[in-house]
Amino acid sequence: MRSEAFASRKHKKTFYESATNHAMRYLSDKALTRLRTSTELPDLGGTRYRLIAQMARGGMGVVYAAEDERLQRRVALKVLEVPGFDGDLANRLMREARVLARLEHPGIVPVHDAGTLADGRVFYAMKFVEGQRLDQHIESLASAPDRLRIFLRICDAVAFAHARGVLHRDLKPANIMVGSFGEVLVMDWGLAKLLVDVLKLDQLENDAAIVRSSVHPDSGTVIPASMISATTGHGRVLGTPGYMSPEQAGGEIELLDARSDIFSLGALLRYLLSEKLPRHSSTLLDRSLEAICAKACAPAREARYSAVEELTADVLRYLNGFAVGAYRESIFEKVTRFYRRHRFFVLLIAAYLLMRVLVIVLLRH
Amino acid sequence: MNKILLGLLLGAVLGAIDGGTAWFYPEVRAQMVGIIVGSTIKGLIAGVAAGIFARKVNSVPLGIVFGLAVGFVLAFLVAYMQHDHYFAIILPGSIVGLLVGYATQKYGVLPATAR
Repeated sequence: MRSEAFASRKHKKTFYESATNHAMRYLSDKALTRLRTSTELPDLGGTRYRLIAQMARGGMGVVYAAEDERLQRRVALKVLEVPGFDGDLANRLMREARVLARLEHPGIVPVHDAGTLADGRVFYAMKFVEGQRLDQHIESLASAPDRLRIFLRICDAVAFAHARGVLHRDLKPANIMVGSFGEVLVMDWGLAKLLVDVLKLDQLENDAAIVRSSVHPDSGTVIPASMISATTGHGRVLGTPGYMSPEQAGGEIELLDARSDIFSLGALLRYLLSEKLPRHSSTLLDRSLEAICAKACAPAREARYSAVEELTADVLRYLNGFAVGAYRESIFEKVTRFYRRHRFFVLLIAAYLLMRVLVIVLLRH
Repeated sequence: MNKILLGLLLGAVLGAIDGGTAWFYPEVRAQMVGIIVGSTIKGLIAGVAAGIFARKVNSVPLGIVFGLAVGFVLAFLVAYMQHDHYFAIILPGSIVGLLVGYATQKYGVLPATAR
């Protein structure tokens, strides 16, 4: 059965190549572009979704806006790129859907559905988020406390994922969405790593059934999900430079833990406070915030915060005017912070003492 | 720190400072200790009263008015007993009341049941 399916697929491929060559001779560039675009569109026939528009294109898949005709709501469909007959990518997309389905949190985009389209491409449907990416939204955030509050909400979502045994591994401004009502969502869990392998064996076996493309084209053998997991991880560098921890950049996958995401969060915090790329930031940050960023982004993972909650607590301490754990203040800095925190009260006491001096001077003369 | 303890400590410290300024008046310098103790107790009473008020009423303006009123009344009583130095006693005493009234509203922790 499998070999027949592949023979048919190969035949179709040859046919399309031949047809394309003929078409290229007689059609204009514009017509060819339109034709190419329409062939890249996913075949949603037989599903409850109606395609509306392409929203974004990533390394693994294309995100489309679609209408769920049964529930009459807009959803976002993440569909594997064309040509999508790669078992590794298909399994990763399905794995991403499963990881997301396990993470029910207001800061993580919920998954509604997953499956395979008529054209063989794997997809999953998720909430349609109306808003802006953080790197676009940041311009509208004028004050540092506003940005820190956004950062804290990102931390909440990441801490939740860590508590469920999931590492994001690709935290960066482009993967954070800020909704039109201020909701903050951590997106693109395609590189997520499960710290605890809770996906059961039967689920992994289901991968082979759901993901037809995981069948090796030549031998017809099913690639086990555990092997796919290894190839997406060990020795391969996945992530975004500038936001990747040194151990992640070095491909040391077995060393990755929550502290790797904490590195990315530190880089994200620095970006939020400098508005520039982490490597090129030059704006002088407040020393406490700089110390928080430096601790989170320490090259040695032992020197970083051990949990996202610790990082969150330090940022909260800063926001509330307390000393942060990452920075040892001088006496002058302590006094300055006390004054900033209790400015009105300090001024009142000063006014009282001044009044007292004036009363003494007036009464003596 | 709870609001009553905060009022108590702040009232006592400001009261002591208030009393300590008597050193600048040579005619009362001999009674310094008595003045400082009395002034500290006055500030302490105003602070506790403001702290209790802050536990019942959560309003900075009302807290300031209450502290000012308590400070004024206590300072007036002290001045009335001495029949002298009305201005030098009432003005600083009222301001001590104002300060503890503000501080107990703005700072200090409410008991869990009052939140």
